[in-house]
Amino acid sequence: MKQLDELTKGVFKYNPIFYLVLGLCPLLAVSTRVDNALGMSLGVFFVLVSSNVIISLFRHWIPSQVRIPCFIVVIASFVTIVELFMHGYAPELHERLGIYLPLIVVNCIILGRAEAFASKKPVFDSFLDAIGMSIGFTLGIVGIALCREALSTGKIAIFGYTIIPTFTPSPSVMMLLPPGAFLTIGVIMALINYRSIRKEGR
Amino acid sequence: MPELIVSPSPHLRNDVSIEKIMYSVIIALIPTTACGVYFFGVHVLYVIITCILSALFTEYVALRLMGRKFVMDGSAVITGLLLALCLPPGLPLWMAAIGAAFAIAFAKCAFGGLGHNIFNPALVGRAFLMASWPVAMTTWTKPLTYDAITTATPLGLWKMQNIATPPINLALGNVSGCIGETSALAILIGGVFLIAKRYIDWRIPLSYIGTVGILMLILGQDPLFHILAGGLFLGAFFMATEYVTTPITSKGRIIFGVGAGVIVVVIRLIGGYPGGVCFSILLMNAFTPLIDRHVRPRVYGVKRKSFFVSSANR
Repeated sequence: MKQLDELTKGVFKYNPIFYLVLGLCPLLAVSTRVDNALGMSLGVFFVLVSSNVIISLFRHWIPSQVRIPCFIVVIASFVTIVELFMHGYAPELHERLGIYLPLIVVNCIILGRAEAFASKKPVFDSFLDAIGMSIGFTLGIVGIALCREALSTGKIAIFGYTIIPTFTPSPSVMMLLPPGAFLTIGVIMALINYRSIRKEGR
Repeated sequence: MPELIVSPSPHLRNDVSIEKIMYSVIIALIPTTACGVYFFGVHVLYVIITCILSALFTEYVALRLMGRKFVMDGSAVITGLLLALCLPPGLPLWMAAIGAAFAIAFAKCAFGGLGHNIFNPALVGRAFLMASWPVAMTTWTKPLTYDAITTATPLGLWKMQNIATPPINLALGNVSGCIGETSALAILIGGVFLIAKRYIDWRIPLSYIGTVGILMLILGQDPLFHILAGGLFLGAFFMATEYVTTPITSKGRIIFGVGAGVIVVVIRLIGGYPGGVCFSILLMNAFTPLIDRHVRPRVYGVKRKSFFVSSANR
């Protein structure tokens, strides 16, 4: 069951957002709305899985002196694919994600997994690792977006469907701004740490 | 047999405790609170009570979560009261409650509780409410009307329409504004009481208010108006003098006051907000560790550092 561990570790134990604290730039910018967050995590999922597999495949041929540029070239190619694809098929989402879509290139989760995992481990392990990490990122960003959208607009609507109807007439503007994202991350992180400390204490 | 207590110096005995100082501050705030209730009606009282209760409750819950004992030392009461005093009189009660809870939970307990906060909790609460509900936070009630006639504050009038309010109104408090910032005189009474009891240092209010007055005079504004208008008095006497978030040395405190004064002038003349007291104190709070590190008192017995001597020795 070692390979299952590679999959689940990114979801809970080494969650890229709450444990590794990586990829905060897109997180702050895009987690204002749940559908933006879903779009971003789809993009990250595709890029992370593809780049991890490719880098793992070529790990014996990439000279270690120039590995970072090689990783960036691979990642940037997949980001370009995602961007062109979204521009063509989901122009509205592409518009809303804006500059943060091409900025997936510098998302530390992707480069971090390439450097720390895919460049050293076999292909299938890297594939599972990327899937686990993507699910962890998705859980984090969508969770934060749920909190922020609910508190900053007073309702939650995903792709036009109202999930939670308006519950407060005067929502907090601050949750829409970057401090709202930092506060949400901080509170969730504190809860996770509180739980794990209590578990250890038992 | 009496126990022999061996402790390091200073061997001073004083009956000043946290509780005593905190309750003195509350006594010093009574004139200001009374003025607020007199000018804006009974809703103000509800806002104040809501803030205090919410602050106490949040502190209780936070300390329980942290596994500590809740002590009724009055600091949460002060935070709640000070926050209420820098809120607009007509604010909905639930917003006031959230602001006080935020102030205690995030500005105080998240940093480790009493004595560990970096920023003044009441001002953090105000800044949070300001960023969250800007419209409700800038809806001002006209004084002595006791209903929802909205009007602009003296600083707002000055900034938007260039109308100066007579200083006598600003001193007595017959102007719109936050609950506690109407009457400069009432704040002065409480502030002088605290200075006379030596609970707060006169250097911070004097350098803070003095800097604003002198700079405004130099820049061609009416200094008396700018000293009395807005939350400057309340901030200078009750918020910029908080022990934990301000420098500990006398020189450092003067630097703190001057810095905050400069920021107020900059915000009032150039910035987008009419008043800048809240942000000026919060910004200087951030500089407090830096000031404390660079302004150190001379160690007793060490020769005063002379510029010429030290450069010749090098």
